[in-house]
Amino acid sequence: MSEATATRTPVLSAQNLVKHFPIRGGGIVRRTTGAVQAVSDVSFDIYPHETLALVGESGCGKSTTARVALALQPLTSGKVTFEGRDLGTMGKRELQRLRREMQIVFQDPYASVDPRLPVNEIIAEPLRIHGLYDNGGRQQVRDLMKTVGLRPEHGNRFPHEFSGGQRQRIGIARALALKPKVLVLDEPVSALDVSIQAGVLNLLKDLQAEFGLSYLFVSHDLSVVRHVSDRIAVMYLGKIVETAAAEDLFNSPTHPYTQALISAIPVPDPRKERTRQRIVITGDVPSPANPPSGCRFRTRCPKFANEIDDAGRKKCSTEEPLLIDHGQGHPTACHFAESLQLI
Amino acid sequence: MTEYDSNTRGGDPVLVVEDLTVEFPSGEGLVKAVRGVNYQLQRGEVLGIVGESGSGKSVTSLAIMGLLPRTARVSGSIRFGGVELLKASEKELNKVRGKGIAMVFQDPMTSLNPVYTVGDQIAEAITAHHDVRKDVAKKQAIDLLDLVRIPNPKQRADEYPHQLSGGMRQRVVIAIAMANNPDVIIADEPTTALDVTVQAQILEALQAAQKETGAAMVLITHDLGVIAGQADRVHVMYAGKVVESGSVDEIFYTPRMPYTLGLLGSLPRLDVKTERLTPITGSPPATQNMPPGCPFSPRCPLSQDICDKEEPPLVAGPGSQFAACHFTEQVIGRDPAELFSATSADTAAVPVTVDAATDTETI
Repeated sequence: MSEATATRTPVLSAQNLVKHFPIRGGGIVRRTTGAVQAVSDVSFDIYPHETLALVGESGCGKSTTARVALALQPLTSGKVTFEGRDLGTMGKRELQRLRREMQIVFQDPYASVDPRLPVNEIIAEPLRIHGLYDNGGRQQVRDLMKTVGLRPEHGNRFPHEFSGGQRQRIGIARALALKPKVLVLDEPVSALDVSIQAGVLNLLKDLQAEFGLSYLFVSHDLSVVRHVSDRIAVMYLGKIVETAAAEDLFNSPTHPYTQALISAIPVPDPRKERTRQRIVITGDVPSPANPPSGCRFRTRCPKFANEIDDAGRKKCSTEEPLLIDHGQGHPTACHFAESLQLI
Repeated sequence: MTEYDSNTRGGDPVLVVEDLTVEFPSGEGLVKAVRGVNYQLQRGEVLGIVGESGSGKSVTSLAIMGLLPRTARVSGSIRFGGVELLKASEKELNKVRGKGIAMVFQDPMTSLNPVYTVGDQIAEAITAHHDVRKDVAKKQAIDLLDLVRIPNPKQRADEYPHQLSGGMRQRVVIAIAMANNPDVIIADEPTTALDVTVQAQILEALQAAQKETGAAMVLITHDLGVIAGQADRVHVMYAGKVVESGSVDEIFYTPRMPYTLGLLGSLPRLDVKTERLTPITGSPPATQNMPPGCPFSPRCPLSQDICDKEEPPLVAGPGSQFAACHFTEQVIGRDPAELFSATSADTAAVPVTVDAATDTETI
């Protein structure tokens, strides 16, 4: 962790999270024949008022990490603490009470709200579940709608009467209803058109400033992530491969995967696009049921393929690189980490 | 008319689209998906078409391929190699499809047949237009797989689509598109379903395919970054019309239509740290029963009375640029943040106005 955050205590702390999904055989017994290692030893801390982004491509385990961190799915091993309290040892009722503090906004605004409920009721639902509605709930719902940029007088309308951007605002209002401290945002803008996306991103920034929220922002889009986050953790095949303050990560990425990601993202500037250095990685992500030995990225790593010698390759294939500072000022999981300026 | 589509390369265009309109009858009135689109495509050039969902960019390309549902009402003219495609019979169209004009769709899983091997599917594209023996076609298929850089092409040719990853499948689709040396490749959101590192590979493969065949390419995407890196010329579409066109540099560095400027301002960028994005308020208009005037007017900070009465035509600017705006002079050199925050309230400041145009909602 950086110096600035070292003195504070994290709101949400995840230590060595592991989540395996069993692969079952086809027979009647359905014996477990293997496991998809969706999340393998992921640790992070989220501090008050800050945004931590988890980025990576599909299948890297970023959404699963967010879900196990909220105890929406049981952990295979590891520990999640909220303000020092261990979620794993909590009883059901205690956990439910704690859920007020941690809410989630899903990717698909069409699928994440009940189409048969008017917007009022969608936003009021968490209040009712936690027995808070009778105490001024109506007014609270109106206020929430205003807060997220919707008209309270539209409260009787149904989700289908709203556009994608507005539906995402409904989802955000619902998540805010219980005044949480931590909000998990799982690809909150990737289903939206750019002109609409900008409004939702601004809203999220404003809400954070107003309510002092902490965000766990899960996204595949590094451009969006650069705009919203304080710190970034890059995931590949169930592991964090590099983590740094947002500016550090973009100015001096050290892990070959981070470098490839940054250089692969097109920027809306034709002259820059023509002259940019591209690090193209080949192939596809290996199966998380059977990840490569040693460094999980080595099968696609341009450094492994082109730059290092046989001894180095042997190290990459046998020794798993630890997520530590290799001399670039922030933790990175690469034996041969080197910072590179790409943008 | 085609005058706004400057002919920068000279020579005869391979594809000419003139005043194309596409309408779909629906329960709530006529949906005007495309309202008069013109373009000319020169050999070897890449025309990028950008627009948000519902702007008509895909419908335009489906019309070119003759793939619209029968209920669609199409008018205007699409000429390819001396053939008027809109009047062509199905038989004539089949000669053009896949041979003269090839298409790469967004989702490679649904554009490949799951019950045939990929080698057979590429070979089928070849035998459909050429009188060659099956084993010859199969050999060519393997060469094509190699060309789009699929490792072990010989072995991969005997595999089924589900055995390949998303990126591999899209390479197969590109191989099929290249199979008959087309004059035009239409790529409709070819990388939207893919991860960024795979997107980079596919864009490279597409570029290689285009160079190899010398074909012209229409690249349809919502991603301005992809356009910036790939296109020579750009058309920006909004509500079924081209609202701005020009060279890629003109569009990105000197936009002359407020919508283009707004799009650029609302984009979070990888290369620049922006404190605050500038959203465009409201949402695109419903394409049925569209009111007269400029369709962008309700969201436009420069909008005045005339904008709601008269739809501005595309007018030539300097260079090869054309823009459809009554007040294009006021757009030049403006900063999107300054222009769009002048009239539009930002999300938090006056929350009620943002994105609240519920009256125009569809679906």
